[in-house]
Amino acid sequence: MGFSLSRMVSDLKIYGKSSLRSREGFFFTLVFPIILILLFGAIFSGGGASQSTVYVQNHDTGPVGATFISALNSTSNYCSTSSGAGLCMRPVPADLNFSQYLSSKSASDGIIIPANFSLAFESGQKVNVTVFGNPSSTASAVVSGIVAEVVNGFNLHGATGVHQVGITPRTAVSSNYKYIDFLVPGLVGFAALTSPMFAMVNISSTYRRDKVFKLLSLTPLTKTEWLLSKIIWYVGTTAVSFMLMAAVGVYAFGAHIALNWGIGIFLVLGPFFFVSLGMLVGSVSNTPEAASVVGNLVTFPMMFLSGTFFPVSSMPKYLQGIAHVLPLYYMIDGLNEVMIYGNFGAAYFDMAVLLGISVVVFALAVRFFRWRED
Amino acid sequence: MPAIEVSGLKKKYGDIQAVDGTSFSVDEGEVFSLLGPNGAGKTTTIEILEGLRNKDSGTAKVLGLDPWESGYELHKRIGVIPQGFKFLDYPTPREALSYYGALFGRKVDPDELLRRVILDDASNVWFQNLSGGQKQKLGMALSLVNDPQVVFLDEPTTGLDPQARRAVWEVVRKLKDEGRTVMLTTHYLEEAEELADRVAIMKHGKIVAMGTTAEIESKFGSGQRMVVKGGDDLLKYLRESTRLHAEGGAGSITIFLRDKSDAMVALGAIEESGAAWEDLTVRRDSLEDVFLKLVGEGGSIEKGVE
Ligand SMILES: Nc1ncnc2c1ncn2[C@@H]1O[C@H](COP(=O)(O)OP(=O)(O)OP(=O)(O)O)[C@@H](O)[C@H]1O
Ligand SMILES: [Mg+2]
Repeated sequence: MGFSLSRMVSDLKIYGKSSLRSREGFFFTLVFPIILILLFGAIFSGGGASQSTVYVQNHDTGPVGATFISALNSTSNYCSTSSGAGLCMRPVPADLNFSQYLSSKSASDGIIIPANFSLAFESGQKVNVTVFGNPSSTASAVVSGIVAEVVNGFNLHGATGVHQVGITPRTAVSSNYKYIDFLVPGLVGFAALTSPMFAMVNISSTYRRDKVFKLLSLTPLTKTEWLLSKIIWYVGTTAVSFMLMAAVGVYAFGAHIALNWGIGIFLVLGPFFFVSLGMLVGSVSNTPEAASVVGNLVTFPMMFLSGTFFPVSSMPKYLQGIAHVLPLYYMIDGLNEVMIYGNFGAAYFDMAVLLGISVVVFALAVRFFRWRED
Repeated sequence: MPAIEVSGLKKKYGDIQAVDGTSFSVDEGEVFSLLGPNGAGKTTTIEILEGLRNKDSGTAKVLGLDPWESGYELHKRIGVIPQGFKFLDYPTPREALSYYGALFGRKVDPDELLRRVILDDASNVWFQNLSGGQKQKLGMALSLVNDPQVVFLDEPTTGLDPQARRAVWEVVRKLKDEGRTVMLTTHYLEEAEELADRVAIMKHGKIVAMGTTAEIESKFGSGQRMVVKGGDDLLKYLRESTRLHAEGGAGSITIFLRDKSDAMVALGAIEESGAAWEDLTVRRDSLEDVFLKLVGEGGSIEKGVE
C-alpha cells in the first residue's frame, strides 16, 4: 500500500476547503475561539487590565483611615473607566487574611491601614501603612508612588507637621500570575479538544451512513493518510485558535505569554491525540447515537475538569485526582508550564505522556476504523 | 478469461440470506444487468464484487482477483457508483474530480469528464446543492476517473429525469464501445433491454432467470397471445368449437397461440361466433411480463436456474 504524501495533501486540501465552507467549520475554527476568550476574559478579569487593581484593607475604625482612603481614591480611581492604565482601589473586609486574599485574586498590590491609625495620627505618634507589591512589577511601582504621595500630603497637613506616617513595604506573597494567564492555555486546550472530537465523531457516523468511507476505500487513499490529513488540519486550526486567543488575551486583557517552541509541541500533540480519539470513539460505536453518547461522555468531563476555565490547583483535591487521568490535563498543564512559568522540566513529562497516549490511540483508531464491512 | 466470475456465492445478514448461492459470469466487454425486486440481493452481490463486503462462502473473482483479499489492487482497475451515491457536502464536481485524479495519481481533465456525463453546467456548484440527477452524474464521472476495465453501476439512473437517464445510457454505450465491462442494476426494465447484452433476474438471493432478453422472454414468457374484448358467450364458443386454450373474465378474453395457424383458427372462430367483440390485439410477453411473473408473489418460480 505504501504512504503517499501527495494523496494525503490532496485529501487535506479538499477537507480543509470543505471545513471552511461549512458554517460550523468556519465558526468553530475562527469565531468561537475569539468569543470564548472575550467572554471568559471579560467575566473573570473584571473588564480592565487586572494589574491596575489595588486591594485596600482598613483596620482603622476612626475617621483618619477613611480620610486616607478617600485621598487615595481622589488621587487615582479608575475603577469605572475602561482605560486599563490607572489604578482601581478595591476595599477588602477587615476580617479577612489579607495575604491570602491577595493570592486568591492572583494580585500583588494592596494597602493595609492599621487598627490604631486614627488614634496614633491624632495623638501625634508615628504610624505606618503597609504597602504590598511586587518589586519587579511596574504596576506595583505606580501603587507605591501614589501611596507615597498621599502619605506626604498627610504628613504636611498633620497635627505636628513632622513625618508621622510612614510606609512599610512588603513583597506580595502571591505570584504575579493572573487569571487571564491561565485562561489562554486553558482555552487553547479547550479548542484542541472540542473541535476535533466533535468533528471526528460526527464524520465517523455521517461518512458511514452516506457510504463515503466505502467510496474512499475504492481509491488508493489509505486510512493512515486519511487520518493524518485530519490531524494536520486540526493542528492547523488549533494553531489558528491559539494565535487568535493569545492575541486577544495579550492585547485586550494584558495576558503574559512566553512564546517558545514548547507551545508548538503541545499544539501538535493535542490535536493529534483528540483527532485519533474521536475517530476511535466513532469506530468502536455501532450506531451514530452510541458514538455521540460515548463522545460526550469522554469530552464533557475533560472540557471542565482539565484546567480549561480554572487552574486545576484551585479545584478541590478529589477533582484534582480526576483531572490527572484526563488527557487534556496534560496538554493544558504542559502549556501552562511553557507559556506561563517557562518551566520546561515539568513540561517534558506532559509531552511524554501526551505523545505516548497519542501514538497508542492513533494506532488503535487506524486499527479499529474500517471503511468496508464484513 | 471472464471479467467477472461468481459461483455459489452466499451472504447472510443475521437471519436474512441476502445472497443464496448465485453463480454467473460476465465476459470482457459485456454489459450485464442484474434485475430484481427490492431486497433481492443485487447490491449485496455487487458490493461483494467491488470488495466492499466479504462473502460468507462461494467464490467471486473480478479480473481474476479476489475482491476482498486483493481490493487495493482491484480498485485501481474498477469504477464504482454505489447505490444512492453521496459525496462530501462542499466540494464542487470539478474539485471532486481533481481530488479523485490526485488520489489515483492520474492527470484528469475534469471538464472533459463533466462534459461526458453532461454535468459541465454545474461544474462549480457545491455537491450539497446539486440536484439528485446531477449528483448521480458526478458519481458516474468519478467512477471513470481511473479509466476502469470493469464498471459497476448500482441503480445509476434512479431518480433521474428521462433526458438525464438517456445521457447515462449514452455513457454506458460508450463504455461498451470502448471495450469495458459493465455490470448494472436497475429497476427500469426498458433500461436493461436497451443496454444489456445479458440480464439476470434475482429473487431472494437466487438468480431465477438469466440470458439475453429474447432468451428470457421465450423461455419464461407464455408466447403469443390474442386478447379480445368479448363476453362469456364468445369464450364459451371458442372453447367448444376450437381446441385453443382460452381464458377470460371481466369482458376480456386471452387466447394462447402456439403457432401461426392457431392465430388463423382463433380469428375464424371469433368471426363465426356471431358474438360481439372489439379491440383485438396480438402480443407476446415482454421482459416486464416475465419479470413480474418470475418475481411476483403469485405463481413465482422459486427454483434457481443453472
Ligand atoms: N448491512 C446490512 N445489514 C443487514 N441487512 C442488510 C444489510 N444490507 C442489506 N441487507 C438486507 O439484505 C437483503 C438484500 O439487500 P440488498 O441491498 O442487497 O438488496 P437490493 O437487491 O440491492 O435491493 P434494492 O433494489 O432495494 O436496492 C435485504 O433484505 C436487506 O434488508
Ligand atoms: Mg440495491
